[in-house]
Amino acid sequence: MTHPAAGGLTGPPRLPSPYDHGPGAQSANLADILERVLDKGVVIAGDIRINLLDIELLTIKLRLLVASVDKAKEMGIDWWEHDPSLSSRAARPERSLADENERLRAEIAALKAADRRPEP
Amino acid sequence: MTDPNLVYAYAVLRRTPEAAVAVADLRGVAGDPVHLLEPTDPASPLAFAVGPVPAADYDEAPLKAHLDDLDWLESTVRSHHAVVGALVACGTAVLPLRLATVYPDEDHARQALDTRRAYFLSLLDRLTGHVELGVKIYAAPDITPPEPDTGSGQATPTGLGVGVGRAYLAIRRRRERRNEEAWRTVAQAAVHVTRTAGTLAVDRVAHTPQRGSLAGPAPGTNVGNDAYLVPADRVDAFRTGVLAAAEGIPGLRVEVTGPWAPYSFALQPEPVPGPSSSLL
Repeated sequence: MTHPAAGGLTGPPRLPSPYDHGPGAQSANLADILERVLDKGVVIAGDIRINLLDIELLTIKLRLLVASVDKAKEMGIDWWEHDPSLSSRAARPERSLADENERLRAEIAALKAADRRPEP
Repeated sequence: MTDPNLVYAYAVLRRTPEAAVAVADLRGVAGDPVHLLEPTDPASPLAFAVGPVPAADYDEAPLKAHLDDLDWLESTVRSHHAVVGALVACGTAVLPLRLATVYPDEDHARQALDTRRAYFLSLLDRLTGHVELGVKIYAAPDITPPEPDTGSGQATPTGLGVGVGRAYLAIRRRRERRNEEAWRTVAQAAVHVTRTAGTLAVDRVAHTPQRGSLAGPAPGTNVGNDAYLVPADRVDAFRTGVLAAAEGIPGLRVEVTGPWAPYSFALQPEPVPGPSSSLL
């Protein structure tokens, strides 16, 4: 790392973290990063230049924009399809794997609910 | 000549010497240096980590176009993330901002910092001394594929018609029961892992389970994808505890990611009622 790269840290790492390994920052799972940087983080409304982004719809907008790219499908950026608030397709059972997932998630939810109940 | 640059804000943080050192070597999403933007009131302890970005890329129209370009998006998201991560690495509490928080100039950015001082401080107070860890739970139970059990001793082709049909149904029912059982075992273990993680963390935010090749080679179906707010000095205990809870369960894989900047906990203004004292 001889030149400061865009978004890079040029100094020595101080604490262990997934970012400061230099090349390690590039190998971090893109899905993990996207769901945080695009979907979480503080949204400052009202006074930023990009009106498109200063609203709560930021995430949805970004997701839909990404969804319009064919490559997004290829790369598997399709989590909104499973989010009923974002897509009507989420309600439509398509694949048996998706069904299996839903079933398992429902089961986990049920178990969690049972777990939360006080033991007799 | 008009200034072709806009101001991209990455994070809110306290103005500490460490923070100043951390930004000194940083480059932003457009490759330009990142610096601390101080508030109007010198008594305010806050700063924005900001950097210039070309209006040609980050004004509304070009940005909108860029967001359609997945390669651009990936590179920008990674750069944003790297800046935030470097700030976290300096040991200061960081409030990560969402992608593309862009101001026309530093005055506007400073104004935003000034007017939200109390809000930012309350968020920072809550996050100070904590990091975010991700726990991804994968299920890969040993499922028998829906093919006929040829060669199985149970399949006795003695009868025709009804007998064959019955034998087939019996095999199918057994297979389904076995598969149900395999899923249930994994599901119960997943709940156990989630509960264990909860006891080792201060807060939890559920993310949508990941699907598709973007998530990389997955060791099964992602059934749990949660973020936990963990005291910085308990990261190892959390990791060890969560992984131990998943150990020895066939068909269950657990991955702990991070530490991350607390992206997933930057949206809740209400302060948390102190870390649990009943840990371990």
